[in-house]
Amino acid sequence: MARSAAAGQSFRALLLARTLRDPRSRAALIVLGLAVLAALFAPLLTPYDPAAQLDIVRLRSLAPSFAHPLGTDPYSRDVLARVLFGARVSLAIAFAAVALSVSFGVLVGVVAGYLGGVVDVLLMRLVDAALAIPRLLLIIAVVALWGSVSVFTLTLLIAGVSWFAVSRLVRAETLVARDREYVVAARALGAPAWRVMLRHVLPNVVGPGLVNATLAVGNVILLEAGLSYLGIGVRPPTASWGSIIQDGAERVSDLWWLTVFPGLAIVITVFACNALGDALRDALDPRQLPLTASEDIVHRP
Amino acid sequence: MTEPLLELDDLRTYFYTDTGVARAVDGVSFRVNAGETVGIVGESGCGKSVTALSILRLVRPPGRIEPGSHIRFEGTDLMALDEHEMQKIRGNRIAMVFQEPMTALNPVFTIGDQIAEVARIHAGMSRREAWAKAVEMLTLVGMPAAAQRAGEYPHQLSGGMRQRVVIAMALVMNPALVIADEPTTALDVTIQAQILELMADLTRRLGTSVLLITHDLGVVAENCARVIVMYAGEVVEEATTATLFDAAHHPYTEGLLGAMPRVGGDAERLATIPGTVPPPTAWPTGCRFHDRCPYAWDRCAREHPPLYQIGGGHVSRCHLAEEPERRAHPHPPVAAELGAA
Amino acid sequence: MVTTLTFVLVHLAPGDPISVALDRPGVTDAVRQQWRESFGLDKPLGEQYVRWVANAARGELGYSFSHRRPVRDVLADTLPRTILLAGLSLVLSFFIGIAVGVLQAERPGGARDRWLGRVLLLLYSVPDFWLALIALLAFAYWLPLLPAGGIVDPVMHDYLSAGGRIADRLKHLVLPVLTLTLLSAASIARYQRSALLDVLPSDWMRTALAKGLSWRAAVRQHAVRNALLPTITLAGLWLPALAAGAVFIEKVFSWPGMGLATVNAIGARDYPLVTAGVLAISVLVVLGALLADIAVALVDPRVRLS
Repeated sequence: MARSAAAGQSFRALLLARTLRDPRSRAALIVLGLAVLAALFAPLLTPYDPAAQLDIVRLRSLAPSFAHPLGTDPYSRDVLARVLFGARVSLAIAFAAVALSVSFGVLVGVVAGYLGGVVDVLLMRLVDAALAIPRLLLIIAVVALWGSVSVFTLTLLIAGVSWFAVSRLVRAETLVARDREYVVAARALGAPAWRVMLRHVLPNVVGPGLVNATLAVGNVILLEAGLSYLGIGVRPPTASWGSIIQDGAERVSDLWWLTVFPGLAIVITVFACNALGDALRDALDPRQLPLTASEDIVHRP
Repeated sequence: MTEPLLELDDLRTYFYTDTGVARAVDGVSFRVNAGETVGIVGESGCGKSVTALSILRLVRPPGRIEPGSHIRFEGTDLMALDEHEMQKIRGNRIAMVFQEPMTALNPVFTIGDQIAEVARIHAGMSRREAWAKAVEMLTLVGMPAAAQRAGEYPHQLSGGMRQRVVIAMALVMNPALVIADEPTTALDVTIQAQILELMADLTRRLGTSVLLITHDLGVVAENCARVIVMYAGEVVEEATTATLFDAAHHPYTEGLLGAMPRVGGDAERLATIPGTVPPPTAWPTGCRFHDRCPYAWDRCAREHPPLYQIGGGHVSRCHLAEEPERRAHPHPPVAAELGAA
Repeated sequence: MVTTLTFVLVHLAPGDPISVALDRPGVTDAVRQQWRESFGLDKPLGEQYVRWVANAARGELGYSFSHRRPVRDVLADTLPRTILLAGLSLVLSFFIGIAVGVLQAERPGGARDRWLGRVLLLLYSVPDFWLALIALLAFAYWLPLLPAGGIVDPVMHDYLSAGGRIADRLKHLVLPVLTLTLLSAASIARYQRSALLDVLPSDWMRTALAKGLSWRAAVRQHAVRNALLPTITLAGLWLPALAAGAVFIEKVFSWPGMGLATVNAIGARDYPLVTAGVLAISVLVVLGALLADIAVALVDPRVRLS
C-alpha cells in the first residue's frame, strides 16, 4: 500500500468510503448491529428469564409455539430467552477475545518485524510451532484437564491461542513498512524505536489487522460454540449459543429446536462477520487503489 | 500501391477507472507494409504498449477499444472478428514479443513445451511433432545444444537466452507481423545488440514485418525503416528513419533526439524535456505538448493540431507546419517556469 | 518438546485416573492407593516421565484406564478409523475445492463467481458440529435415508453378505465424510480462488493469450498449474486441521475414532491415552508438513532444480 503516514487520514477515509459502498458490508453491518442490539436489549425483548425453570412438569421440552416461539428445553426454560441472553455471552467472549488477541498479536508482530534479529527469530519460531497445532485441540487439552473454567478464563484461553496468526501477518506488514522512505527518514532523524513503531509502522498495519480481527470474531464464535457443545466451553446453566445446542444434544431428533435455532443465530452472525471481513479485504486491495501511469492499467486482470 | 499489411484507423483505447476515463490511445492511425520494420517511439505513458495490445485485442476491462476504431490486417478488420477468430490470429498471423522475458515465460513449464504449445494450437501437431518443431526453432534463434536445453525451465536460462525463447515462440508459425514491445529494455546492453541483430536477421529472412516499440531512439536508428513518434496517446510525427534523424519536425522529437547520447557528440549535459508526461485521464487542451514545448504560442494552448503533411510521407502534429517562423523564437516552456523540470 | 509440554499439562490437572476410574462407592481409599502403586502413579513426576518416554520409544504406550486395554490396542483400533475419515475427506475436499476455485476464478466478479462465493462463505460460517447435526437430522431422521451413526450396523452387519457388508460400511461413511469434506472444501476453494486471482495478472498469462489460447484454456492450463503450488502446500498442513474437525464429526456420528477417544479420555483423566493421542496428533502435524514440502518439490521445478 503506497501511502505515507501523512496521507493516512485520507487513506482511512478512502477505505471507509470504499467499504461502505460495497453492498455486502452494508448488509453485514446491519446484521451485526442487530445481533449486538438484541444482545444488549435482551431483557426487553423477552418476558422470560433464561435461567428460570418455568414449570418443570408441564412446560418442558415443548416444540415452538406462540407462547414460546423457539420452544422450551428439558428444564422448561424458554429457548428464545436463552438465545437472546446467549448472544450476550457468545458475542462478549468473541469481542473480548479478539480484542485481546489482536492487540497482543499486533504488538508481537510489530516488535518482531521491526527489531528483527534474535527477537524476531525466537518469536516466530514460537508462533510457527503454535500455528501448527489446531487451536481446538490445544484448548480441549487445557480446559478439560483443568476442570470447569469460568467464562472469563475461557475468554483468556481463547485469546491466548488466537494471537499467532495475527502476529505473523503484522510482522510481514511491518517488514514492508520498515523499508519505506518515511520510516528510514524518521530513524535517520534519531527517533527512538518505539516512537517509529507507533507513529509510522502501526498505521500501515491497521488495515490487515482490521480484516483479521473481523474474521476472527466469527472464528471465535465458532470456536466457543464448538467447545460449549463438547461440554468444555460455557457450562450449564449459563446460556451461550453453543451450550444451548449441547442441552439438546442427547435427543437431537426430538428436540430439534434446541439445535436449529441457536445454530442459525451462529451462522447468520458469523456469515455477517465473514462478509464484512471480505469486503474490508477487497477495499484494502492495492490492486484497486487509483493508478497513475496508463501502463499500469494494462496489467490488471 | 499495394495493400498495407496492417492499417490502424483512428484507434481509441480507453480505460474506465475509479479516477476517470484514461484515454490511453486517442485516435492513432498508421500503416505497416509487408516486410517492413516500423518503430514506435515515445516515453512511458504515451500509449505505445497499449496500442500494441489493442492490435491483438488483448485489452481487458476496465479497458476497451472504442467503437469506431478499425484495425485492418491482411484486408480484414480485426474489430469485426469474434474472440474465437481472433485466437486463430494471435500467435499465428500476428505474434508478440514482450519486454520482460523472465515473467513472460511460465515458470512451471519447460521452454520446449511453451514453444511447442504454439505449434499444437495452430498447426494441430502432435506432442512429438511440436517438440521437434520447438527444437528447430531454438536452433534457429541460436541456442546451443537446443535439443537438450528444450527440456529446461525458464529460471535456468540467462536473460538473453530467455528472450531468444520468446522470439522463437513468436516465429513458430511464421507470422506476417511481429509486434515487439520493448524487446531489449530489460537486457544488458551487450545482449541487446545481439538480440536486435537476431531479430533483424530472422525477420529479413522470413519476410516478416515488425512493429518495434521502444523508447530508445538508438534502437530505432539501427533497425527501422520508418518511425512513428507517439505522445499523450497520439501520433505526433511519422517519417522515414533518415528523415527523422536529419530533419525532425515536431518539438517533442527534437527533444528526444537532443536527449539521446551520441558517440562523438559534445560531452555536455544531455538535454532533458522539462515537465512530465500528463496523466491519461487529463490530456491538456489544445496541443498536448504545449506546456513542455519551447516554441509554443497562444494558438497551441487553444487549438489541437491535426497531422500536417510535411512532404514525402513525413507528417507532424504541430502548428509550426503552418507558422514555421515561430521556430526562431524559442523560450523556456511553461512547465519549466513552474519548476516542474 | 511437544511431548514434554503435554506430559506436564496432563499431570498438572487435579485428580488422576484412578480416582475417576474407581469412583464408585464401596471402593475404599486403600484400594485406590493400591491401584495407584501398581501403575506407578505414586512415583515422582520426573520418574514417571522418564519411564513413559522410554516406553514410548519401544512402542509401549501404557495402559488405558478408561478402556481397560493397552493404549497401543486402543490406538490400533481408533487411529485407522480417524485416518480413513480424515484421509478420504482430505482427498475429496481438495479435488472439489480446487475445482470450485478454478470455476470461480475463470470469470472473477462474474455471476458464477459471486454465487459460488456466497455459498462458500455460508458454508465457511457454519460450525462443523452443527452442520453434522443438521445433516443427521435431515438424512437420518426426517428422511431416513442413511444411518444415524456408528461405523457399521450394530445388529445386522454380521448377517449381511460380503457385498452387503461393504454397502453397509459405505452407507455409514457417507454422512461423516460428506460433512467433513464440505466444510474443508469451502476453505480450500476460497484459498484456491485467491491464489488464482493472484496469478491471473501475471505476464505469462498475457503471453499465453498472445499465443492464441482462449481465456479459459489459459486459466485451466497455465494459471492453475501455477496456483496449485500454494494450495498443495496447504494440503500437507491440512491433515491436522481435519483431525481436529473430525473430533466433532466423530462425536455427532458416534464414529469410534481417535478424536473421540482422546476427548473422552481427557474427561476420564486417562493420562496414557491422552498423551498418546496428543502424540499421534503431533506426529500427524510433522508428517503433514513433511508431505507438503515433498509435494511442493515435486510440483515446482524452481524448487526441484535449485
